[in-house]
Amino acid sequence: MSQIVSIPALPAAPARRGVIGKVLHDPLGIISLVVLLLILLATVLAPVLAPQDPGRSSLDDIFAPISAAHPLGGDSAGRDLLSRLLYGAQVSLLGASIALLTSLVIGLPAGLIAGYYGRTFDSVSSWAANLLQALPAIIVLLALRTVFGPSIWTSMVIFGVMLAPGAYRLVRATASGVRNELYIDAALVSGLSDTRIIARHMLRVVRGPLIMHSAMVLAICINIQAGLEFLGFGDPQTASWGSMLNEGFLNIFQAPQMLSWPGLALFLTSAALALFAGSLRDALQAGTAKPARRRRVAAPPAGTAPDAPPSGPPAGNGESPPDALLSIRGLRVAYGGGSVEVVHGVSLDVARGEVVGLVGESGSGKTQVALSVLGLLPTGGEVTSGAIALAGEPLLGRPASFLRTVRGRRIGYIPQEPMSNLDPSFRVGNQLSEVVRVHLGLSRAAARDRVLDLLARVGIPDPARTYRAFPHEISGGMAQRVLIAGAVSCDPELLIADEPTTALDVTVQADILDLLRDLQQEKGLGVLFVTHNFGVVADVCDRVLVMRQGEIVEDRPAQEIFDTPRHDYTRLLLGSMLDGRPARLARAAATGDGRA
Amino acid sequence: MLAFLAKRTGAGLSVLLVVPSLTFLLMYGNAANAARQILGENATPEQIAAKSAALGVDRPLFVQFIDYVGQLSVGDLGRSWFTAEPVGSLLTSRATVTLTVVIGSILVSTLLAFALGVTAALRRGAVDIALQVLAIVGFAVPGFWLALLLVSGLALQLRLFPATGFVPFTASPGQWLASITLPVVALMVGAVAGVAQQVRGAVIDVLEQDYVRTLRARGLPSWRVVAHVLRNASAPALTVVALTFIGTLSGAVFVERIFALPGLGLAATNAAVNGDVPVIMGVVLVMTAIVVLVNLVVDLAIGLLNPKVRLS
Repeated sequence: MSQIVSIPALPAAPARRGVIGKVLHDPLGIISLVVLLLILLATVLAPVLAPQDPGRSSLDDIFAPISAAHPLGGDSAGRDLLSRLLYGAQVSLLGASIALLTSLVIGLPAGLIAGYYGRTFDSVSSWAANLLQALPAIIVLLALRTVFGPSIWTSMVIFGVMLAPGAYRLVRATASGVRNELYIDAALVSGLSDTRIIARHMLRVVRGPLIMHSAMVLAICINIQAGLEFLGFGDPQTASWGSMLNEGFLNIFQAPQMLSWPGLALFLTSAALALFAGSLRDALQAGTAKPARRRRVAAPPAGTAPDAPPSGPPAGNGESPPDALLSIRGLRVAYGGGSVEVVHGVSLDVARGEVVGLVGESGSGKTQVALSVLGLLPTGGEVTSGAIALAGEPLLGRPASFLRTVRGRRIGYIPQEPMSNLDPSFRVGNQLSEVVRVHLGLSRAAARDRVLDLLARVGIPDPARTYRAFPHEISGGMAQRVLIAGAVSCDPELLIADEPTTALDVTVQADILDLLRDLQQEKGLGVLFVTHNFGVVADVCDRVLVMRQGEIVEDRPAQEIFDTPRHDYTRLLLGSMLDGRPARLARAAATGDGRA
Repeated sequence: MLAFLAKRTGAGLSVLLVVPSLTFLLMYGNAANAARQILGENATPEQIAAKSAALGVDRPLFVQFIDYVGQLSVGDLGRSWFTAEPVGSLLTSRATVTLTVVIGSILVSTLLAFALGVTAALRRGAVDIALQVLAIVGFAVPGFWLALLLVSGLALQLRLFPATGFVPFTASPGQWLASITLPVVALMVGAVAGVAQQVRGAVIDVLEQDYVRTLRARGLPSWRVVAHVLRNASAPALTVVALTFIGTLSGAVFVERIFALPGLGLAATNAAVNGDVPVIMGVVLVMTAIVVLVNLVVDLAIGLLNPKVRLS
């Protein structure tokens, strides 16, 4: 193992901005924050801004029109609407804050304890949380009004209690997620006390989502409080948005315009809070984004012209052989509107009845090639140039209706993860017979018979039982057999197998490979076999293409590659195999080569 | 499936037992207050005591509770403290009104929300942006304010709909529809926005699943793929519908007051202002039963749609 191949580092991730910074850079975040600040300022400065005392009434100003003295007009008692609106904001914000605080005081500690310790406390508090949310809030508030009196403040405390389950669930879910992280175990092992861990680690994780949640809850509280005042809770003489709406409702015939101002104030405040929450959510998601499921490949090393031929001797870069079943020429795949290219001009051919292995490490772009053939690249991915043809017929740029007649009918696809590739809500048999009926136009009964035969053919011991089973009722190995049956159900010419054995137990792997080889020979299938495993390649492939960083670096018959790998990277891959006969062969070959 | 249903029914029954019991203990435990509230501020202690005795709230709380449960077992919900009307018959007609507008609003809003959410998830683009805007607006507009605007604009000024009142379907289907249209619309807007958002999220989640790609790789027509996606996305979406139902019952309290619909909400509002404890107790009982029933129906639907749920 004298060869060490340097692999260029992935480009550095863009510098991470703090969550607050992200919100401040989001136009909606800035706007909502400014609006909220203005509302808060107007509320605090109500005594300065209001033209007059909110309670002062004058007979001359009853339903006064909009004027300099009364910018929003007067109400039924001749009070100034603008003054009442400004002072009313104090009541609304205070009441909403009381409810929010109550919900946090109960929900946060309860959620932390339930999430961290679990067990009995968790069950009891979760049950209580369900109970609190079982009834419409207003009905509870109305019922308790007869017990505690019509005070709006008491009602907002009660409403806060009823909102506590929301905060509780959020904190509990976040905390129990963190609880299972390894660094919490590490903190425990290093002797940190539970309280320290909760305060140090859990609170920090919970903080962001909780602020977001609180903004939404505050908006709900402001509306509910106005609603309660509208229904007659609280003192109708005190200026508040809800009591103003009630006033407007009572005078809806004479002065319907009185409804607009408090309503707009409510809407503006809630909308600003919701937008702020949305902006914060986006910032939080960006901050904790999991690595993309789709693997991206580094750009080719600087200095390498993208069109430069790979260092290996890739065959078939020119004209495709006339008998090629699948022919790919100069395929380029890029993400992000073409900005990140992950496949840099790949060409390959699969002849009828030939099994071609496409080998490379994770992220080498081999799956991207396979999915390009099917026209099923993940969202954001696109073929930027190149050609793909099936038996001479081009596949790229064809309408969906044409592709539907190719997929499943002429190209079968075997995915990697058996369990996640079966629809969990449908019975196994129905998922397969649906395809057969669509492509072959079989009747329900004929399709069922065909699928049962297929299931038997792929080695499923009790086809009838599996036909009726749901995916979660069968094992991973059985599921992979089902997927293979699905791929060959309409007698395709070409099979695309994307790491069909990777997710399986070693013992099952061998069975599945046997099955694939048998089916291939029986039906004379051309196969594009994507894998990272040279052991699998040795078992089934006629020809091997080694792919690295979006390029094919070696393209030769399987036996030759094992005997005399030419490219450093191929040697590295062969050398990294630890078991199996070909591996030993390969290592001997690699070391022999190194000594020479 | 049976075990799943039994578990859900058990959970529902526990809510049905605990919530009304707690409400009873809270309200009747403080019923002396109610006597004072009924008689007014100037009542003498003797008058209050006499009234309490007449209402039967001077007895020990647990005796009252046993008594209430006993009555309940023969379908008697007690009598209003003000009109002496039997609470049971009072609430029966009112429940019809509330359920008409609430179920109407839930049906229409669920259909719209699914159409909107699925379209937004599949097409993205303009529909998606419109949905995001609607979600913010629907969340931020106070439902009762919207109802007030509808009354003021469409009923009073344009006179397109009646402003108040409820016409039974049996009396006149046309007028029935006119009388519930505005209430249903007022209740619906927030629900459509909220549920559509959830449907969109659920559909996008499912679209990213491996099995959807595999279904496409088998060459199924898009509508068949969408059918698979919808079935898998419906469980989380229906859960939100169940929660929305409870929210809509809350909204009905406002809408019934604004449109003067003689429903459960209006009964609860009036009874709360008067301190008519038996009527409120009845409303709590009926509402709890409705919520538990709706949750069971939704659980059943989810169980039928998603075989995996039946296991957990």
